[in-house]
Amino acid sequence: MMSMPTHTFRIVVAKPGLDGHDRGAKIVARALRDAGMEVIYTGLHQTAEEIVETAIQEDADVIGVSILSGAHMTIFPKLFGLLRERDAGDIVVVAGGVIQSEDVPRLQEMGVSAVYDAEQPLQALVDAVTRLAAERRVRLGL
Amino acid sequence: MDVVEGIKRGDRRALARAISVAEGGGAAPLVSALFKETGRAFTIGITGPPGVGKSTLTGALVTRARKEGKSVGLILVDPSSPFSQGALLGDRIRLSDHFTDPDVFIRSMASRGHLGGIAGATGDAVMLMDAFGKDLVIVETVGVGQSEIEIAEVADTTVVCLQPGSGDSIQVLKAGIMEIADIFVVNKADHPMAGQLRREIRVMMTMLDWQGWAPALVMTQATAGEGVDQLWQALWSHRAYLQESGELRVKRASAFAHEVRNLIVGRLAGAVDGAMAAAAVSGLMEQVADRVLDPYAAAEQIFQRFDPKAPHSPGARLAPRVRATVKGFHKASETETAHHHKMIV
Repeated sequence: MMSMPTHTFRIVVAKPGLDGHDRGAKIVARALRDAGMEVIYTGLHQTAEEIVETAIQEDADVIGVSILSGAHMTIFPKLFGLLRERDAGDIVVVAGGVIQSEDVPRLQEMGVSAVYDAEQPLQALVDAVTRLAAERRVRLGL
Repeated sequence: MDVVEGIKRGDRRALARAISVAEGGGAAPLVSALFKETGRAFTIGITGPPGVGKSTLTGALVTRARKEGKSVGLILVDPSSPFSQGALLGDRIRLSDHFTDPDVFIRSMASRGHLGGIAGATGDAVMLMDAFGKDLVIVETVGVGQSEIEIAEVADTTVVCLQPGSGDSIQVLKAGIMEIADIFVVNKADHPMAGQLRREIRVMMTMLDWQGWAPALVMTQATAGEGVDQLWQALWSHRAYLQESGELRVKRASAFAHEVRNLIVGRLAGAVDGAMAAAAVSGLMEQVADRVLDPYAAAEQIFQRFDPKAPHSPGARLAPRVRATVKGFHKASETETAHHHKMIV
């Protein structure tokens, strides 16, 4: 190939369900962009189907789900079910928002690779997403 | 994953991956394998300044196309940050009605430093969607100013979208994007100044000497879906004109010639970077910096020794001292190296 390999990671930032607060999602999207990633923002009120289809069409490395409504224990099983169904289980999923600490291990068991809330520094999230995306590329030989 | 076979099979993941490969500079084998499957799609470009309603209009067009049973591929281009190389791609927000429609494929694309209003890989992505079997491929450009006209090389039909109240008639007259329009859209037609913009475009059109197709002018209010039927008809009228007049072939031939030229220039650019690095090592650029040698003479010296087939030597591999010497060049490669390290460490 003539050109250099690209390491531009692609991240879908998604807002599922009925909660209409996307300031956190926008701040995260902007931080990931400033770290050199290409961030696709879906907008509000997305269904699990819409998020999975978006991630597939955008060839995303990571889906970042921002959720403040408390519906995470309903949405994540659905999301992972659809990812497996579409043969897209290699896409990394991370969660952010308002998530009770007792739910975190259960989400991780489902397959959520990292959980971040507003208490944690933004840089920790950016570093984790970068690492997870890079590991995925290595895993898939991309 | 064999993306070529996947695309022929209609696998959406394969198409998505293929576009990423093209964006990373690896389009050549894909285009070679799929080129014979292309040329069937009707490609439409939607361009215009930021905020005029391109995404909303694109969404309305997709709805209209789906009513006719046409499958659609969409490429939505947004700018990359010149500082971080990252991008926030938000055009999808206005297209959420179509996210789960199996006959609509939406791809957001960052411009990655390309300045013509589209990305370097947009043309390849259009070809891939065409090979995938999409009836229509719509490209929405970044919000453009007055001179980003590359979309006209990629699209069969170019729609220039404008809004009322954003400048006087001189703006209309001088803008380069006005000359690439096959169809003008005045969006936000409910705006009190809409009639004036319409008259200004009309007047401008009477002053220019059109051969063959005179651009259509359509008033729309994309949020309400008004005028979209007229736009749809104008698109197909232009399509019919292109086919009947034989201009479609002429237009595509000229676009291909342009593309082939760009591919050669791209490869030469690699050799030029190598020659520049060598010139820096030999102290030639120091002589220019010391005003011993003028830039034209330096260029002539490099050109005389220039080997167009010299292997591409990426800046990242150069010694730091050399990078510091090659002005301008060193900045880009520094960021690239930093970026590279950050990503793989």
